[in-house]
Amino acid sequence: MHSSEVIILNNQHTFSIVGNSKNKSAVEKMAQGIFTLCAFIAILAVISITVYMIINGIPALLEVGLKELLFGTVWKPTAENPSYGILYVILTSIVGTVMAVVLGVPIGILTAVFLAETAPKRLAALVKPAVELLAGIPSVIYGLLGLMILNPLMYKLELFLFKDSETHQFTGGANLLSAVIVLAVMILPTVINISEAAIRAVPNSLRNASFALGASEIQTILKVVLPTAKSGIITAIVLGVGRAIGEAMAITLVSGSSVNAPYPFNSVRFLTTAIVSEMGYAAGMHRQVLFTIGLVLFVFIMVINISLTSILKKGDKDNG
Amino acid sequence: MKSKKVLALVCAVAMTFGLTACGNKTTTETKTAQTETTETETADLTGTISMAGSTSMEKLANAAAESFMEKYSGVTVTAEFTGSSAGVEAVLAGGVDIGNSSRALKDDEKGAGVVENIVAIDGIAVVVDPANTVADLTKEQLISIYKGGVKNWSEIGGEDAPIVVVGREAGSGTRGAFEELLEIEDACVYASELDSTGAVIAKVAATPGAIGYVSLDAINDSVTAVKLEGVEATAENIKAGNYFLCRPFVMATRGEISEQSETVQAWFEYLASDEGKEVIAAVGLIVVD
Repeated sequence: MHSSEVIILNNQHTFSIVGNSKNKSAVEKMAQGIFTLCAFIAILAVISITVYMIINGIPALLEVGLKELLFGTVWKPTAENPSYGILYVILTSIVGTVMAVVLGVPIGILTAVFLAETAPKRLAALVKPAVELLAGIPSVIYGLLGLMILNPLMYKLELFLFKDSETHQFTGGANLLSAVIVLAVMILPTVINISEAAIRAVPNSLRNASFALGASEIQTILKVVLPTAKSGIITAIVLGVGRAIGEAMAITLVSGSSVNAPYPFNSVRFLTTAIVSEMGYAAGMHRQVLFTIGLVLFVFIMVINISLTSILKKGDKDNG
Repeated sequence: MKSKKVLALVCAVAMTFGLTACGNKTTTETKTAQTETTETETADLTGTISMAGSTSMEKLANAAAESFMEKYSGVTVTAEFTGSSAGVEAVLAGGVDIGNSSRALKDDEKGAGVVENIVAIDGIAVVVDPANTVADLTKEQLISIYKGGVKNWSEIGGEDAPIVVVGREAGSGTRGAFEELLEIEDACVYASELDSTGAVIAKVAATPGAIGYVSLDAINDSVTAVKLEGVEATAENIKAGNYFLCRPFVMATRGEISEQSETVQAWFEYLASDEGKEVIAAVGLIVVD
C-alpha cells in the first residue's frame, strides 16, 4: 500500500525497495555492507587495542623478566638499579576488588530484593531514582568525597587502632580500606540494577506455587526467587568486579598510592592507579613497565569477561 | 598559530610607525638606534643550538627554547634529556652546544674546560599542616623522617602526633631533587605518593601531622613552610646560599660564553633579559642575578 503511493509520487525515477528485484537486491546488499562495516569498526577497536597493549607491554616483560616483574615486591623504577616488582600492586587490585565485592554485593542484592519484591510502591519510587543517580555520578566525585570525608574519619580510626604501635606507618587515612569502601559504593548501582531486572524476570507462577505450598514471603524470596534469578545475579556480580578492578580516578585520591602489601590500613597502589600516577614523568624502561601493568590489567579484565560469558552460557544450558 | 602571526605583524607595523615617530625627536635618537640594531640582529640570526642533559631541566629547557625560537625565528633549538652527567660529557665532547646539569659542576669537569653558567635555581620547601608546632627542622631530622626513623612529632619537639610522610611519585623532578639533595635516593618510606604539587599541598593541609615537599613557588597559605637549619625558605635565602634544599640549574658550555657562537651568545643574553627571566619564573624557578 504505502510503497505504491511512493511510486506514484516519484513517478519517473522510482526508488523503492519493493520496486523490482534488482534494486531490491542492491539495497539489501548495501545495507548488509553498512552493517558489516559498523560491526567491523567495533571489532577493529578491540583488535587494535589488544595488539597495541601486547606490542607495548611485552618488551618490558621480556627485559625485566616475567618472574621478577609479576612476583617481585620492590617497586623502585627510578633507582640506580631499578626494580620493577609489581606483586603488591597486583595483590592490591585483587584483594581490593574482592573486599569491595564482599562489602557491596550483599547490600546490592538485598536492595534489589527490596525494590523488586518487598518495597511499598512509594518508597520504591524514592529508592529507585536514587540508585540511578548513584550510577550517573562521575567517579572523580566519589574520590573527592572519599578524600574530604572518608579519609579524615579513617585517620581517626587509624590513630585509635594503632595508638601504641611502634611499627605502623600512619597514612592519614589514605589506605586500602578507604579505597574499598569507595569501590563498594561505586559498584552498588551496577549490582542493584542488574539483579533487580533478574529478580523481576522470575515468573510469578513460581512465587504463587511457593505461596500455595505454605511458604512465607521470606522463604519464597530466599528459596525460590533468588535461586531462579541466579544467573542474572552472577552477571551483576561479575560486572561489579569489572567496574571495581578497572576504576582509577576515585581510588587514586583515597588510597595513598604508595606500593605496599595490601593490608587494610596500608597505603596501597592498584594496577590502575600505578599507571595513572606515574605516567606523567616516566621515561624509558619505567614507561615500558607501566604499559606492561596496563597489559596485566587488560588480561585481568579479559579473564573476567570470558568467565562472564561462560557463566552465562552455562546458565542458559541449565535453564534450558 | 595564524592569529599569533597576525598579531606579530600588527606589532611590527606599529613598531615601525612608532620608530619613525620617535626618530623625529632628537632626544630619543640614541635609544631608537639601539632598538634598531637589536631588531636587525633578531631578523638576521640563524643557526641551531643543541642542548643535552638533565631531565629535571626539561620544563625550563623546553619553555625557554619555545619562547626563544618565537623571538629568533631563524634559530632552531633542540634539547635532549639524557641526565646531567651525560649532558656535561656531551658538551665536553663537542657533541652539543650546551650541557644541562641540575647540579653544580664537579671540579674535574671544570678542569676539563667546561664553564658553569647558572641560569636558575630550583628551590624546594618542606611543608607541614598549619596546626603543627614544629617550625624548624635540621637536615638529619628531615632525613630520618623521610627514611622512617622518626615516626612521631614528639620525637623532634612537637606534639604527640604521628608523622604522615607525603611525597611525589617516582619520576617526578621535585622528588628526584629532594631525594638527591638529602642523599636518600629511593630510601624514602612514603605514606602517600601523590602525582602533583597541588595534591601534596592539599593532602598536607588536610591531614594533621603531615609533612610534604613542594617547589618553592607553590607554597600558599593553607600550609606552613618550615625553616631548615633555622633558615626560612625564601628566594633571598636561597640566593644567599643559606638554604640547603636547593640546586642550581647549570647550562654548561665548553669555554666562556663569549667564546661561543653568536646564536649561543644570544641564547644566554635572552635568558638574562627580562623576557628570559619571566620564562624562568613561569616554570617555578628562582632567577639568578
